[in-house]
Amino acid sequence: MQYSQKVMDHFANPRNVGEIEDANAIGEVGNKKCGDIMKIYMKIEDDIIKDIKFKTFGCGAAVATSSIATELVKGKTIKEALSLTNKAVIDALEGLPPVKVHCSVLAEEAIKSAIADYYKRQGIDPEPIVGCSCNCTECPCNE
Amino acid sequence: MIYVDNAATTPIKPEVLDKMMPYLTEKFGNPSSIYKSGREAKEAISKARADIAEALGADEKEIYFTGSGSEADNWAIKGVAHSAKGRHIITTAIEHHAVLHSFEYLGRNGFEVTYLKVDNDGLVNPDDLRAAVREDTSLISIMTANNEIGTIQPIKELAQIAKEHKIPFHTDAVQAFGHIPLNVEDLGVDLLSVSAHKIGGPKGVGALYIRKGTKITQFMHGGAQEYGKRASTENVAGIVGFGCAAGLAMKNLDKNIAKTTSLRDYFIKKVQESIPHCRLNGHPTKRLPGNVNFSFEFIEGESLLLMLDMKGIEASSGSACTSGSLDPSHVLLAIGLEHEIAHGSLRISFSEDNTVEEADTIVRELIPIVQRLRDMSPLYHK
Repeated sequence: MQYSQKVMDHFANPRNVGEIEDANAIGEVGNKKCGDIMKIYMKIEDDIIKDIKFKTFGCGAAVATSSIATELVKGKTIKEALSLTNKAVIDALEGLPPVKVHCSVLAEEAIKSAIADYYKRQGIDPEPIVGCSCNCTECPCNE
Repeated sequence: MIYVDNAATTPIKPEVLDKMMPYLTEKFGNPSSIYKSGREAKEAISKARADIAEALGADEKEIYFTGSGSEADNWAIKGVAHSAKGRHIITTAIEHHAVLHSFEYLGRNGFEVTYLKVDNDGLVNPDDLRAAVREDTSLISIMTANNEIGTIQPIKELAQIAKEHKIPFHTDAVQAFGHIPLNVEDLGVDLLSVSAHKIGGPKGVGALYIRKGTKITQFMHGGAQEYGKRASTENVAGIVGFGCAAGLAMKNLDKNIAKTTSLRDYFIKKVQESIPHCRLNGHPTKRLPGNVNFSFEFIEGESLLLMLDMKGIEASSGSACTSGSLDPSHVLLAIGLEHEIAHGSLRISFSEDNTVEEADTIVRELIPIVQRLRDMSPLYHK
């Protein structure tokens, strides 16, 4: 198994690591059992993701997908962020080994989960806007 | 570069390579041939067989060269199971995959398998084995020492139980051979697997000790090599290298044990003193001289390995990400670790060639790496 240079760059120098104290959108996906947890903090103003930070427990790919996903949605509108796919995450990282594709799914879901939280805080049902707002990564450990 | 993954493999020792070279060049003959170069090759194999036999306290006729330790395990298990009447076989939950998957294969093909549990240090309780034995038990296989956590089993006591019930007893000694004293008579085992590349020999060669009178099927059909039980033109250079590596390991055994054990204990103490929230996996004293296995809470093993690699340190982990599945090591789960703790494991396996300076460097690099990953982890709260 070999990581691309881009993955190694984002793993070695992850962008946007940390927490946002006054975040108004927080999402967490994955589980301890599978060895991957991503937590995303956002500061959303006027429908724009002004700031974003992450904390991740996981492998090299989990860190790299978290890092690139935060880069891809920072400064973007909610609508743009919601259109982020795991495929776009993989492409931005110049590929992922097949066994690590689930990390890109996790990154996509982490962004959606934070945005769902943003709507919930305002009393808006996120389901019609975000779609699945839960942690729906298919993890064999959940069986 | 600091190489501390000697349980994965070791570099070929220079003396070993020197002994191998002629059999890769001018002494290229087929050992089954009657002329000079063939006879030379055959003699070299006999000498290597004698070296392995001596190292194990066995007879030369009880040593069968194989293509690897995994092959020796596969042959021992399937070969004994298929030549017996009974359909019940026993092993443990912490075996190497070569053993575990062979048992699972038999389990899917008409055999009933009992997997013995281990305690938190990774030890099998002999009473559990006694309780598991049945009328139709036809094989017991328990590893001598574990490849991940280094725990050394009470093989003599376990093999004695097998003997009382006249059940063939196999042990996977791939990690133990050349690192701790092993004598097949003293241990009372019927079959024992070993490998060359864990002791400074080449990859692609192992051996199976089969006690005289043990019923086992032929492994490979073809020529009359390996007493007619394992056909294939011999890997002459590999076998010569194995014999030489085994001889060296036995000659230096006491010295190497003393040196590696003290390095191991020094390193363990240093890590425990300098990194909070860590857990030593495996038995504190009944463990392989070179084995260290720590779990660092709140972080994941593959990330740890990648960061160590960036610092030129090569080690191993039982995290899921290094196994190609989502599950962490079956060994770490079997000793009762929570999944997230198992994911954060690091195995360092020293050889006699590692130094105190290297151990110091690893600790010095490890401290900030663990802290950096913890600072990035949502599970960690200062």
